Amino acid sequence: MTATDRPLPSEAQDWEAMLARPEFQELRRRLRRFVFPMTALFLGWYLLYVLMATYAVGFMSIKLWGNINVGLVFGLLQFVSTFAITAAYVRFADRKLDPLSAELRGEIESGEFERGGK
Amino acid sequence: MSLAQGVAGSNPLLNITIFGLFVVVTLAIVIRVSKKASSGASDFYTAGGGFSGPQNGVAISGDYLSAASFLGIAGAIALNGYDGFLYSVGFLVAWLVALLLVAELLRNTGKYTMGDVLAFRMRQRPVRAAAATSTLAVSFFYLLAQMAGAGGLVALLLNVTSTGGQAVVIAIVGAVMIAYVLIGGMRGTTWVQIIKAVLLIAGAGIMTLWVLALYGFNFSALLGAAVERGGDAGEALLNPGKQYGKSAITRIDFISLGLALVLGTAGLPHILMRFYTVPTAKEARRSVVWAIALIGLFYLFTLVLGYGAGALVGPDTIRKAPGAANSAAPLLAYELGGTILLGIIAAVAFATILAVVAGLTITASASFAHDIYINVIKHGHVQDEQHTEVKIARRTAIVIGIVAIAGGILASRQNIAFLVALAFAVAASANLPTILYTLFWRRFNTTGALCSIYGGLAITIVLIIFSPVVSGKPVDPATGRSPSMLQGVDFSWFPLDNPGIISIPASFLLGYLGTVLGKDRPDPKKVAEMEVRSLTGIGAEKAVAH
Repeated sequence: MTATDRPLPSEAQDWEAMLARPEFQELRRRLRRFVFPMTALFLGWYLLYVLMATYAVGFMSIKLWGNINVGLVFGLLQFVSTFAITAAYVRFADRKLDPLSAELRGEIESGEFERGGK
Repeated sequence: MSLAQGVAGSNPLLNITIFGLFVVVTLAIVIRVSKKASSGASDFYTAGGGFSGPQNGVAISGDYLSAASFLGIAGAIALNGYDGFLYSVGFLVAWLVALLLVAELLRNTGKYTMGDVLAFRMRQRPVRAAAATSTLAVSFFYLLAQMAGAGGLVALLLNVTSTGGQAVVIAIVGAVMIAYVLIGGMRGTTWVQIIKAVLLIAGAGIMTLWVLALYGFNFSALLGAAVERGGDAGEALLNPGKQYGKSAITRIDFISLGLALVLGTAGLPHILMRFYTVPTAKEARRSVVWAIALIGLFYLFTLVLGYGAGALVGPDTIRKAPGAANSAAPLLAYELGGTILLGIIAAVAFATILAVVAGLTITASASFAHDIYINVIKHGHVQDEQHTEVKIARRTAIVIGIVAIAGGILASRQNIAFLVALAFAVAASANLPTILYTLFWRRFNTTGALCSIYGGLAITIVLIIFSPVVSGKPVDPATGRSPSMLQGVDFSWFPLDNPGIISIPASFLLGYLGTVLGKDRPDPKKVAEMEVRSLTGIGAEKAVAH
């Protein structure tokens, strides 16, 4: 499959009508409700880490086990949270986004096919 | 065993042989895969979107893990301890921006370049010109950093210290890179990146296990050894602030850097282009998941390698070696596995630079040919568009290759980390706000896009020109030189090395103001089309693709 054999956008397509469809609005709402709070969460968590590493050096230097200190654990937790958010998003997208967008796409593309009279 | 003459124990002939082997094998693969390619623009730019998610994810990590990540971060951790680790965290967390907000929507709305998405519902010519300008600027700074790194590496590993000798090696690296791009296009370049990523991650993984085994797989014991080797300054290696805690200004500078790192990745054009090399948005998502796993793993390795170099080689030896911090990982390789492992790691470092430079070149040439030549100069009307476009892109790749070689020779004395940080700052300021507004804000219009791109670009570059990185840092008594780019002059008035904390919010604000104050309104049909396409993939993927 190459980009050139992708179906071309049809001028006759009523994109605004599709946009207004409740299924589409639902898809849009689901995506935004997940990604916006999640982005705020991980950016806030990262910013907290950067601020702590900059201004709370004493706290970050407290040793927990042997030479492992709070700062190192906090840094590694950034790795853990990144992996966890990635996994959560994939799970969410597979279950809540993909079926809905596949359904919409299938409907619209088959409709277009019939209308085109091929 | 004189440290002034390249890394001790380095065998230049062996290093060159292993690197030569890499070039021969990858070129053979590039030639092989290029036979499968069709001659169209889609194949040249995006390999026809034919890579699977996992393949593309490995290639993304190959594109992203530059020499700055490998040599730079390991060295920064060896010398500055914890503060070096802070880079890794920013570079990794940044991928969540790409995963959640950018990758899939971009895959669904664009075809080859960042300009495709930004211009989708705007006035084509001005927005494409702006997108291409910013793409070329980011690629240029990133390219210079890589080529300058190649020069330093040459001095370090091949024992070529004369300016002329380094120039010859940089020219050879540039010529090989041009060959990859011309022969293989995106298909060949992707395979080079996949091979390089596997070698780099495997090499770093083996060294990591080796270091950990020496300390009975006890990370705390490794840290203890690094502290002991560090002498009086050793304890500070474990805590934040060794590098950035010096004054109120350096602290704000660090926050500024942190912002640019986390917001820059999803605005790097050569990373964005890698979302087009897969057939569907779902594969783009899988690519990013693979990339996050591999990049995260790699940065965990560099943590061990950095402290391992501190413990086994020692900060004093690293500081005195040519290339200073950048030589920490190669010196550690020699300490562990002697000349052979050093040769392998040296070759992997070269391969890293080569693959990243090839990725940047294909992105910059696509942007010039597709956005500027076809759409701005020729108004989108060219006879035999596919053929012309690829022809222009190939010629541009040659020009960019030559510029990279010349720039690399001139910039070989410049600070690599500074050039990379500059590229990230421009990407975070000019590109990311525009991409996010385009994807998520219906009202965003042409004026807004032009304000955030050109505004972000201009503010970033002006602030850097008048920052201490370019002029005015006090002379370091140890070297007799100022760490600034220019010696003996001081026209700096902006106190920070990293402009992100000012330039990123400023370009978000400019994008908003431009939209609100601009008179133009986006075409509601195109807005609706873009939104439906971005979420459903209609028109960008076949219904049977899953």
